[in-house]
Amino acid sequence: MKFGVIVFPGSNCDYDCYWVVKRILRKKVDFIWHKERNLSGYDCLILPGGFSYGDYLRTGAIARFSPVMNAVEAYARNGGLIIGICNGFQVLLEAGLLPGAMVSNKSLQFICKFIYIRVENDATPYTNLFHKGQILKIPIAHNEGNYYADVKTIQALNKNNQIVFRYCDEKGTVSKASNPNGAKESIAAICNKEGNILGIMPHPERASERLLGSKDGRGIFESIIKWIESKEAN
Amino acid sequence: MKEPKRITLELIKSHGLTREEYKRIKEILGREPNFTELGIFSVMWSEHCSYKSSKLVLKLFPITGESILIKAGEENAGVIDIGDGLAVVMKVESHNHPSAIEPEQGAATGIGGIVRDIFTMGARPVALLDSLRFGPLNNGRNHYLFSKVVEGIARYGNCLGIPTVAGEIYFDNTYEGNPVVNVMCVGIAYKEELIKGRASGIGNSILYVGSDTGRDGLGGASFASRELTEESERDRPAVQIGDPFKEKLLLEACLELLKTKVVIGMQDMGAAGLTSSISEMASRGDCGVQIDISLVPKREKGMIPYEVMLSESQERMVLIVKKGKEEIAKNVFKKWDLHAVNIGKVTNDGVFRVLDKGKIVAQIPVKALVDDAPVYIREKKKPRYLSQIKNFSVSQIFEPSNYNDILKRLLNSPTISSKQWVYRQYDHMVRTDTILLPGADSSLIRIKGTKKAIALTIDGNGGYAYLNPYEGGKIAVAEAARNVVCVGAKPLAITNCLNFGNPTKPEVSWQFKKCVEGMAEACRILRTPVTGGNVSFYNENPKGAIDPTPVVGMLGLLDDINHYCTPNFKKKGDIVILLGKLGREQELGGSEYIKLIHNLKIGESPRIDLKEEKAVQRTCIEIIEAGLINSAHDCSEGGLAVALAECCILSPECKIGALINFSPLIHHLLTMRADALLFNEAQSRIIISFPPDNFAKIKDFTEKNNVSFFQLGTVGGKGLVIERDEKKLIDISVDELEDYYYRSFSRSV
Repeated sequence: MKFGVIVFPGSNCDYDCYWVVKRILRKKVDFIWHKERNLSGYDCLILPGGFSYGDYLRTGAIARFSPVMNAVEAYARNGGLIIGICNGFQVLLEAGLLPGAMVSNKSLQFICKFIYIRVENDATPYTNLFHKGQILKIPIAHNEGNYYADVKTIQALNKNNQIVFRYCDEKGTVSKASNPNGAKESIAAICNKEGNILGIMPHPERASERLLGSKDGRGIFESIIKWIESKEAN
Repeated sequence: MKEPKRITLELIKSHGLTREEYKRIKEILGREPNFTELGIFSVMWSEHCSYKSSKLVLKLFPITGESILIKAGEENAGVIDIGDGLAVVMKVESHNHPSAIEPEQGAATGIGGIVRDIFTMGARPVALLDSLRFGPLNNGRNHYLFSKVVEGIARYGNCLGIPTVAGEIYFDNTYEGNPVVNVMCVGIAYKEELIKGRASGIGNSILYVGSDTGRDGLGGASFASRELTEESERDRPAVQIGDPFKEKLLLEACLELLKTKVVIGMQDMGAAGLTSSISEMASRGDCGVQIDISLVPKREKGMIPYEVMLSESQERMVLIVKKGKEEIAKNVFKKWDLHAVNIGKVTNDGVFRVLDKGKIVAQIPVKALVDDAPVYIREKKKPRYLSQIKNFSVSQIFEPSNYNDILKRLLNSPTISSKQWVYRQYDHMVRTDTILLPGADSSLIRIKGTKKAIALTIDGNGGYAYLNPYEGGKIAVAEAARNVVCVGAKPLAITNCLNFGNPTKPEVSWQFKKCVEGMAEACRILRTPVTGGNVSFYNENPKGAIDPTPVVGMLGLLDDINHYCTPNFKKKGDIVILLGKLGREQELGGSEYIKLIHNLKIGESPRIDLKEEKAVQRTCIEIIEAGLINSAHDCSEGGLAVALAECCILSPECKIGALINFSPLIHHLLTMRADALLFNEAQSRIIISFPPDNFAKIKDFTEKNNVSFFQLGTVGGKGLVIERDEKKLIDISVDELEDYYYRSFSRSV
């Protein structure tokens, strides 16, 4: 089993993801430079957080044209697992691999803090070790995490069970007060219809060790591993 | 810009050079300088680059110690050995003047510069800290400066992926019109991969890399070396624009390049740009350099040599690369979409020679330019205000009738209340090493692959230094050390930034010397040598000099990451003890209490006995190491009452009250007025809490170290209750404390 962490110029959570996969979960992992065109041999791709291309123009808008993205799209079509975290989520949106867009936080400020999210769909490759309604403590760190999509898209996301996590409070209540950035329907993470691509604003790699204040995020990586292992077993 | 034909007196003066200095330049050259050379001398001999007014005083600092690998002044930043083959590189720098004019870019480029100082030494930057001072927030301009400075730091630091882990902010009239913006960067390197900022090896190439050179920041070093005036707005072009994305590429490319071993030396182009970076490298390497500025990538057309040499465009660096290995270096930069060009070479004649298309445009002996800059012993005079403020006794101020209100007002004040509004705009968790989130006494950064962590803090109190520069200097160092001690780390070394007024004013010069003397004394006794730093003079506004503001960045080392401590109370029934003394009435001087409630800036600053301080710190480290206590929190601004309130609410997940009782046990010691007892800011005090079973063991440690302590009370309940002689002085619910402490700041901004 091998993970790949894609490195765009300006990515800055690449090493954090690498660390969790390699040192915490003890799985193989490579950095993949954004000019790479061959992605064979990987069981899961991670698009890490950061400021790819300085977030100039629009978050993720330039990274989406990096050479590696053609290969990423092909990888996605073949059903490969792709998790985009924070800026990685933004890149996936810009690339059209996930629906919707990110706009500035309603506070118009960068927000870095621990928040809570609730598992809405526990049947994805990313959440199969959780149960629906489970609450995770996990940090966010973004300027543009205010998820937006038109009414039709939101309806479809709900209907197809594509909303994977919602922002909530420590008791699991989803409300305006527990929504840190103004995201539509408190959306913190979505997947595509097929379920192989996840976009998530909070940072699971920052919540994978007790020493860092929470290890709730580790379950996302462990779910991926379980999913791959069960596929390998078949 | 057009090159003037003649060097006139007017021109010399406008370059900030004195007649004597100009005479000296002529002697060095044996002729009149041309315009380019005049510009080069003016920036290199500016206060900002030459430290001409501070150099002799700074010699008072102790700079050696068992863990010092590279001493202050030898390189861009000092280097400290932390074992395991690792070294810490750290430095703090001011960007006060640019931030006063253009706050967002001023602060942002401050981050850019200090980060380059760290990675050019081969270290991976792992943390940013900042120390900020502004005028009161109720003034629109101050509010604007404050919020924009925070935004500038956030935008730049967040993009780089370096966590901003700690900082401090004060608001005081003295900083009106002249804010203090000090930024600190800390990096970690493998000892054998450290790289120097020096040129050597005759014939080796000088590579230029990074952004193109423009006219921005022209004369920034000179701008930083004079007072701000009403006309300073015109200096806006002297402030540069930052490009954090470019810096991120430079950072990654440089660290990757160092693995190839083709780099001899590396230096950031900071203040005085190309001029200072290249001449300083030549000076450190005892050699000459020759560059041709026609090869320098330029952003604008028709730039004259003077402009190219003095530009302070951001995100540029120079490297000395082994001859014949230039392509290896260029290819690494190319991978990161950066363009590196060969602009010159190292020579053996000790001359800094600048060509333009082969024609000499400047030719100056390196040593004379860099090391023989004038040094001044400035006239010193004890400021008159000091004798006027001394006469203070607590009987001069009214005694409040409702202490609940007073404590709420203090918790509510911008200087004391939580800076959540600020640090939540900074990414403080990236790199996944931040063990303690901002808000604790000190940050704590684990070092992956080891059991260790480093504790970092930045601290200073201009109010104390105003009342007594010597004591204020001592306190700045001691309190920073105490902060890292509270998390369990051993203080190792400091970096510092000294923010003062115009050094040609005898009173300012006196304050400066006294303050450095105090800091040096504290560094000696606490065994935390100075690894470098920065002096920022000319911090004046139309009303006069700012309060002397020493800022100390402290590095502490924690050997075992499993034994750290946090400030908040944790368990019902734990005993609360104060390590240190209860203080004296006089120690209300310089306190937030008399400043905020009585609107006074008067009295003596707190006094500090450094031997006692050391004993308190040793005790705290020992009892944390022994696993005896559940919390430790420094007693600082706002005194005992504020510190106790913070202990109740600093962890959002573990809010708990405490019952503090000053009677009857120590009643005989307490003749002082209640406000003095609650709010005096006596030094060398730490509040700890622990299970009752550990009492005897802790007492042993305090006796061994000869540290006095007072049992204050116990943890528990829904509020902070402070009783004296069976009378409740304070009774506030934890929820209310929290509301005042956390939410007031965001309401006022």
